[in-house]
Amino acid sequence: MNARKADVIIVGGGIMGAATAFFLRKRGMSVILLERGLIGQQASGVNFGNVRRMGRPIEQLPLANRSRETWLKFKELFGDDVELLLNGHLRVGFTPAHEERMAKYAQDAKDFGLDMQMMGAKALRERFPYLGPEITAGCYAPHDGHANPRLAAPIIGRAAVREGAQVFENTEIVSVEKDGEDFRMTAADDRTFRAPVALITAGAWGDRISAKFGEPVPMIAKGPQMCVTEPVPYAIGPTIGAIADVFEQVVFFRQVARGNIVIGGGGHEPVDLENRRAYVNPHRTLYKLKNAPRVVPAFNHLNIIRVWSGIEGYMEDSSPAMGPSARVPGLYYAFGFSGEGFQLGPGVGDVMAELIHTGATTTPIEQYHIGRFAKQAMQAA
Amino acid sequence: MGQCRVIIVGAGPAGVRCAEVLVAAGIRPILVDEGRRDGGQIYRRQPEGFNRSYPTLYGTEAERARSLHQTFESLRGSIDYRPETLAWNIFDRQLYTVSARVSKALPFDALVVCSGATDRLMPVKGWHRAGTYSLGAAQIALKSQACAIGRRVVFAGTGPLLYLVAAQYVKAGAHVEAILDTSSLWKRVRALPKLAARPRVLVNGLSLMRTLRGAGVRIVTGIEPVEIHGSPEDGVSGITYRGRDGSTHQLACDAVALGYHVRPETQLADLARCEFRFDAETRQWLPAVDQDGRSTVPGVYLAGDGARVLGADGAEIAGKLAAWALLQDLGRPVPEAERDALRRERGVMDRFRQGLVEAFPWPAEQAARLPDEAIVCRCEAITAGELRRVVNQMGACEANRAKAFSRVGMGRCQGRYCGHAGAEVIAHAAGVPVEQVGRLRGQAPVKPLSIAVREEVE
Repeated sequence: MNARKADVIIVGGGIMGAATAFFLRKRGMSVILLERGLIGQQASGVNFGNVRRMGRPIEQLPLANRSRETWLKFKELFGDDVELLLNGHLRVGFTPAHEERMAKYAQDAKDFGLDMQMMGAKALRERFPYLGPEITAGCYAPHDGHANPRLAAPIIGRAAVREGAQVFENTEIVSVEKDGEDFRMTAADDRTFRAPVALITAGAWGDRISAKFGEPVPMIAKGPQMCVTEPVPYAIGPTIGAIADVFEQVVFFRQVARGNIVIGGGGHEPVDLENRRAYVNPHRTLYKLKNAPRVVPAFNHLNIIRVWSGIEGYMEDSSPAMGPSARVPGLYYAFGFSGEGFQLGPGVGDVMAELIHTGATTTPIEQYHIGRFAKQAMQAA
Repeated sequence: MGQCRVIIVGAGPAGVRCAEVLVAAGIRPILVDEGRRDGGQIYRRQPEGFNRSYPTLYGTEAERARSLHQTFESLRGSIDYRPETLAWNIFDRQLYTVSARVSKALPFDALVVCSGATDRLMPVKGWHRAGTYSLGAAQIALKSQACAIGRRVVFAGTGPLLYLVAAQYVKAGAHVEAILDTSSLWKRVRALPKLAARPRVLVNGLSLMRTLRGAGVRIVTGIEPVEIHGSPEDGVSGITYRGRDGSTHQLACDAVALGYHVRPETQLADLARCEFRFDAETRQWLPAVDQDGRSTVPGVYLAGDGARVLGADGAEIAGKLAAWALLQDLGRPVPEAERDALRRERGVMDRFRQGLVEAFPWPAEQAARLPDEAIVCRCEAITAGELRRVVNQMGACEANRAKAFSRVGMGRCQGRYCGHAGAEVIAHAAGVPVEQVGRLRGQAPVKPLSIAVREEVE
């Protein structure tokens, strides 16, 4: 058997897997990255593109901050432009309760360098005159921004290859097992890959592999519902997210440098995991188009030219499985980022490489240990 | 009788003949059409207040146009006709339409898509300049508004429409500076046996050539367009082409009509999740249909030029065949003898179609020679050089991957105008056959949708 060998095998070539491969190479470890399709084709490539820290759980901010450092050096590290625009993130609300929620978050997160500023209706309209009359309060985080998700993971993947990672695209893994000291992965065409360490970064498919190692997780796959307008003169500035009391009413949008406005929100749709296709439900598009002009009334003068969806893995508790396996030595996980993984991606790669290389990480991630689900299951039983 | 909910998209020759057969069988279809009036592109009706005669508007096809319009008028009370209505999406056995900024979801048991065809375009440096139109657009300006696209018009490209529209311009009194055909006379001569399958059409074609020559129009064959000149302020000012012998020539003009035959509008078939097959003859992906227009999705039928480009009379036949297929699938009787006769007639037309493909071939090789600075995707202003960069430096050898990296096909036309040429550029840069490049996945909306749209429940 002519198996390819490395120090680490990574299963899943999204932004998490590609970034880990890159940083492992930087630490001198040999890496095989296996991807069923092409690098960054699923959740990493179709998401909204938020490079946002504001709104993340407080305990996630150290990881998000570590990731931010990598985003700031993106071109220098990975060698290509990812259309990163750091024009801030603005959250807006319609009720006193929304305002209270934003103020509390700004207070809770004040030690993490986001420099958030609460803004009243008057200040908001002076600074962002296009906002609608129903908006009563906002919170502005000046250092957040957005980037192009279609480019990010492929750029990092190519950088990993340049650093010496062995990246195998169009490689469907049909069997994953631990065989003595090594993990052995077998592809559909019988190629085999071996390494003493394995990292599962398989996104919405990650639970299938963790279950094979006796670690099932409560995750479901869903498709975000995106759309984009025709290009118009650059006017908006920050990424803007509007709070809503009903999940489907949430809308968020960003304007890319060439002028198109990407609009997310409107809820999620079920996806086709077998055929790897996700569709946009037109009712959701229409619902979103009804809500978006509440935030910016002038949207009513624009057209959308395209919609898209993708496949994302959502954990029941909205937190990823990240860290070592609770059962199998040498096995690691980083999946289930629940629609919030894009900004974290480079930092997750950095942390996972550190963890695999040194056995520990300076960034707290214990709360994402996969063992939490087994504990919950035992407590429930 | 339990009413079967049938929707027809398109009120051109295929859609109207389909409706005629369904109405005769006791079905009241919904007929959704983007146009303000019936007739489709080919038998487009002039706006109210215009009074050009049928022969003036439709030439040799005047009687066919009149017959189709009359049939439509006779059906008006028996169909649910919705003009100025865009079919923008299909989801969960519902057709989503929008008209006057109101979107409706129309459930269907059967859907017949008669979406027609638009120009197949190969970029040329400078084709983004104001004053460059597709042949179809040049014809619409004339048919609908009695306008020419310029004072001195060059018609460039290939295909029967190149000569038809030029002749229509001449007849209307417009000045045609030249016809520049990328195909050679020799190719047309070689295709004659197949073109002879339809003698009347062939004779009409030859008579067009006589009209053009009689008017002193310069016709140059075997050329390759090099550049459309002009400025952002004044638009088109001329065109440079390379002759058969390799010499370059320049013509002054203020408008260029460009086109390389036509391609089916397949977005709705794609949104209905029909399977597509690669057609090696024309180097494009087409929805798979059986001889009567059944797609791979039960209850979804494709007829007319939106499925296979056979022209207007072929579309009339295809509309009837699709209607009979639909009735047969409902367990209704169909007139088998008449159907078989039409299938045979269409077989003859298909031979002629092949003749046209050979006589006026898609100039795939031009994509390889397109200069790096030429724009491929006009919606997003992406050049051939940028597209080649994502192939060569980023490894994007598949159409959707290249779209994700470069935005070619991502703009408001969704690749309808740049998709075929983009695929040829990718194939050449990657050194793979064009079928391996695949096809752009269609996404809603079929055409831009206003954010001011509101949903209404019927």
